[in-house]
Amino acid sequence: MGLLAYGDTGWGDELFFATLMTIAVATAAIFIGFLLAAIFASFKLSKIKVLNLIGSFYTTVFRGVPELLVIYLFFFGGSGAVMYVARIFGYDGYIEINAFITGAISIGIISGAYSTEVFRGAVQSIDRGQFEASEVLGFRKKIYYYKIIIPQMLRLALPNISNVWQITLKDTSLISVTGLVEIMRMSYIAAGSTRDPLFFYSFAAVLYLFLTFLSMQLFNKLEKHYSRGY
Amino acid sequence: MIESLPRLLNATMLTIELTLLSLFFGIFVGIFFAVLRTSKNKIFYYISYYYSYILRGTPLLVQIFIIYFGLGQVEWIRESFLWIVLKEPYSCAILAFTLNTGAYSSEIFRSAFETINKGVLEAAEGLGLNKINTFFKIKLPIAIKQSLPAYGNEMILMLKGTSLASTVTLLDLTGVAKHIISTTFKPVEVFIVAGSIYLLMTFIIHNFIRFLEKKYNYN
Repeated sequence: MGLLAYGDTGWGDELFFATLMTIAVATAAIFIGFLLAAIFASFKLSKIKVLNLIGSFYTTVFRGVPELLVIYLFFFGGSGAVMYVARIFGYDGYIEINAFITGAISIGIISGAYSTEVFRGAVQSIDRGQFEASEVLGFRKKIYYYKIIIPQMLRLALPNISNVWQITLKDTSLISVTGLVEIMRMSYIAAGSTRDPLFFYSFAAVLYLFLTFLSMQLFNKLEKHYSRGY
Repeated sequence: MIESLPRLLNATMLTIELTLLSLFFGIFVGIFFAVLRTSKNKIFYYISYYYSYILRGTPLLVQIFIIYFGLGQVEWIRESFLWIVLKEPYSCAILAFTLNTGAYSSEIFRSAFETINKGVLEAAEGLGLNKINTFFKIKLPIAIKQSLPAYGNEMILMLKGTSLASTVTLLDLTGVAKHIISTTFKPVEVFIVAGSIYLLMTFIIHNFIRFLEKKYNYN
C-alpha cells in the first residue's frame, strides 16, 4: 500500500490526477462525438441521397476500423494536416498538436460514429404523430425539432448514450500510446519504475471499474429522472 | 500506397488467426459462464456475474497488460507450466482476447437462454428427454440461433480488438501499419489501405452472419 501513498513517496497523487485526465479526455471526446452525431444523424435522416451516403460512410468506417488505427492516423497525421493548412496561410514553422487534443478528437470521432446510430435510432422511434402534429400546428421545422423532437429523442437515447459513454471511457485507455498521461500511461510509468506491473495494472483495472460503476449509477439516476411522467 | 500492400496483407494473416482462435476458444468460455449464470447455485451465479462485470468494465488494454506484463512477475507462475503460455506475447494475446470475448459472449448467450420459451422445455421434459439431451439438442441450438445477430457484432468487436496485439510487440495488421507510418510518415495512405482491409473483413463477417440467420430462420 506504500506504493499508493500520496506525495513524493508513492504514486497515489499521480494516479489520482491521471484518473482526472481520463475523465477529462472521455468527457471532451463524448461531447465532440455528440456534435458530430448531431450532424451525421441529420445526414442519415435526410431525404437527400448524397447526405445519406456521407452519413453511412462515416459510421461504417469509424465503427469498422480499430480504434488504435484511428488514433495512429491522428497521432502521426494530425500535426501534418495542421501544418499543411498553416502553410496555405503562409506559416512555415513546426506545429505540434497537444496529445490531449489528438486523443479527444480521435476518440471523439469514433464515439461520434456510435452516437450517430443512437441518435438516428431514437429519432426514428419517435411516434410519427408527433411530427405530423407539429406540422399541423404550423411550427417551422427548425423550431419543432428543437422544442419537440430533440427533447423526446434524448430521453429515448439515454440508455444507449450510457453504453456509448462506457465504450468511450474504455477507449481512452488507448490514447496512452500517444504519451498522454492518463490512467494507463501513469500505470505504465509506475510499473516501469517500481518493477511491479501486476500491482499497478490491477490497480488501473480497479480505477476503470470504479469509473464505470460510478457512471452507471449516474446514468440510472438520469434515466429515472427523465422517465418520470411515463 | 501500393508498396505497403504486400506487408499489410501478410500481417492480415496474423490478425485473422488471432481473431478466429480467440473467437473459437471464447465461445466455450462464453457458454460455460452463461450456463453458470443460469444455474440456481448462488455461488456459481456470482462467479459468472462478477467475471463478466469485471471483464466488461475494464479496457481490453488493461487486461492484456495484466496478463503479459503482470503475471510474468509472479515467481510461482514463472516456475509452473503456465509459463509456457504466459511467456509468449502471442499466447498472452489470445488468452486475453479469449477471456474478454468470453465475457461478452456469455452475456449474449445468457440472454438467449433466458428467451427460450418455457413451453419448449416442458415439452422436452414431457417427451422424457434427460437434462443433458435437453441442453445439447434443444436449448443450445435455439440459443445459438437467437444470439446470432448480437454475436455477429461481438465478432466484429473482437476483430477490432485484435489490434491491441500490437501493444505487446505482435506485428498484426495495426502493428505493421503503425510501423510503416512511423518510417514513411504517410499516415493517410497507410490508414486507407489498412482501414480498407479491416472494413473488408467486417463486411465478410457481417454477410456471413446474415447468411447464417437466413439459413436458420424457420419462421
